[in-house]
Amino acid sequence: MNVLAGVLPQPSPPAAARRSVLEGLRKTDILFRQLTLSSAYLVLIILGAIFVSLFLGGFDAFKTFGFGFLTTEVWNPVTNQYGALAPIYGTVVTSAIAMLVAVPISIGIAVFLTELCPMALRRPIGIAIELLAGVPSIIYGIWGLFFFAPFVQQYVQPGLISAFKYVPILNQVFAGPPYGIGILTSALILAMMVLPFVTAVCRDVFDTVPPVLKEAAYGLGWTTREVVRNVVIPYTRVGIIGGVMLGLGRALGETMAVTFVIGNAHRISASILAPGTTISATIANEFTEAVGDLYTSSLIALGLILFFITFVVLALARLMLMRIDKKAGA
Amino acid sequence: MALDIARYKRRRLRSSITIGLCWAASGLGLTILGVILATLLYKGVAGLNPKVFLEMTPPPGSDGGLLNAIAGSLVMTIIGVFVGTPIGILAGTYLAEYGRYSKVSSVIRFINDILLSAPSIVTGLFIYELLVRPMGHFSAIAGAAALAVLVIPTVVRTTENMLLLVPNTLREASSALGLPQSLVIRHVAYKAARAGMITGVLLAIARVSGETAPLLFTALNNQFWSSDLNAPMASLPVVIFQYALSPYEDWQRLAWTGALLITAAVLTLSIAARWLGSSRSPQ
Repeated sequence: MNVLAGVLPQPSPPAAARRSVLEGLRKTDILFRQLTLSSAYLVLIILGAIFVSLFLGGFDAFKTFGFGFLTTEVWNPVTNQYGALAPIYGTVVTSAIAMLVAVPISIGIAVFLTELCPMALRRPIGIAIELLAGVPSIIYGIWGLFFFAPFVQQYVQPGLISAFKYVPILNQVFAGPPYGIGILTSALILAMMVLPFVTAVCRDVFDTVPPVLKEAAYGLGWTTREVVRNVVIPYTRVGIIGGVMLGLGRALGETMAVTFVIGNAHRISASILAPGTTISATIANEFTEAVGDLYTSSLIALGLILFFITFVVLALARLMLMRIDKKAGA
Repeated sequence: MALDIARYKRRRLRSSITIGLCWAASGLGLTILGVILATLLYKGVAGLNPKVFLEMTPPPGSDGGLLNAIAGSLVMTIIGVFVGTPIGILAGTYLAEYGRYSKVSSVIRFINDILLSAPSIVTGLFIYELLVRPMGHFSAIAGAAALAVLVIPTVVRTTENMLLLVPNTLREASSALGLPQSLVIRHVAYKAARAGMITGVLLAIARVSGETAPLLFTALNNQFWSSDLNAPMASLPVVIFQYALSPYEDWQRLAWTGALLITAAVLTLSIAARWLGSSRSPQ
């Protein structure tokens, strides 16, 4: 008898039953909304929790060394003396060189993809460049250590050393025995890693240039170079800077690839061929072996500094990209 | 008016040089990808044999495989994705459906985009402070938690983007039939955006399965088979890190093989995600 209940036409349910169904629906509605809302807030909570936990973890170091933590080069687990200057220096220098190398190449590829490339090849080449972004950073590390560092040692570094031998200042920058590993090698690996990110952003913002502007410029007889220089790049300048900052954020925080090839030396050398260290490489190398609370605390404090720097850089990047989005939408 | 031929030629020449440089830049990018993949294949295939999938990571000087590392990576990635995905999808749903134009949403969107590219080693430190230190030891749970924290922002971003592509007329039609909003979202919007949301999850898996830094001091490493989630667990990236930096040749060979496996997995996932995303995303 009950089997037929769902099949036979039913008399409309009494008002009370309908009300309870509607009530149930209303409750799930509210519940679902609250669930999504709290998940969204969780994103904010994670960010806050990262800041708070790193601050608490690094509090010991900040209390012991004060502001001097940022300005001391000494890093000595034996005497329990820690200063963040060498890792901060290494992080900033490797990232800066990486951007110097990567940005022109990225813009070149983006121009190629948006202006020059035959239509049929656009998508495959774009995907290939994006795959470069998908390669895990540990792969860049192992490749850098066993393939790229020996290559740099054999062909690049001796060339640089002899080329600038008699140039004042520059012979300090490119000095010393060619180890293969070091600041320069790390920077070049970083450049390869951020290349796809910067390229992707540049290509996307180049696509926002209204075709009318370019066509008008070509119509006046401008060459491709002049169109790119005087129309495309000025129109998308904010977006390009945003993309560069995004890449910089990546480069500053990159860990594994750098850990393999930087050499892990806590010192600041004038030569960019010398081994050095970065914040992330120091943490990756020493954290599990750190004995003593102050040592661990100093490493966590380094993590907080890194997170703060990348947060600021990435926030600026987003603000700039938001501006170009508005422009494209308007 | 005389045509300034010389000047015109100079402009043409400079333009050709720029075009040439752009071609060269693209060639360089493709060459880098090619050289990395070629090195991986050359060095990795040499050590590829059934033992890799059947035996545990060896002590130096003896034969072995990567079974425990592969299993550990799978376990932690799966847990991380299972924890992170629902949270990410729900948060993305709020941003796209309930709070599309609200102030809070734009703040969350902004913070999420920053977390998306924040250094993953910081996530490792965060989970260390949050889980490892209170528990007193490294564990697979902590490793999975660190991966989950990395999954969330990726999934939030793609879920929101995909839901925004769903036409509003669909939502209006279902609402007009009297469907409550939560049912509209779950039965209409999710269905329309499904391919794109799956793409997002695949990309998140691809991203976290290659992550090393957040596992270094959460899951640590384990030379032996372990199915205990409350104990340290091996993972492919961490084993590669340890073995590649060791002075032993057989360890280094295993590291290359592991690197090949992980790259193959990650690239396959991201190509699959791209294919899925481009062929069936809502228009």
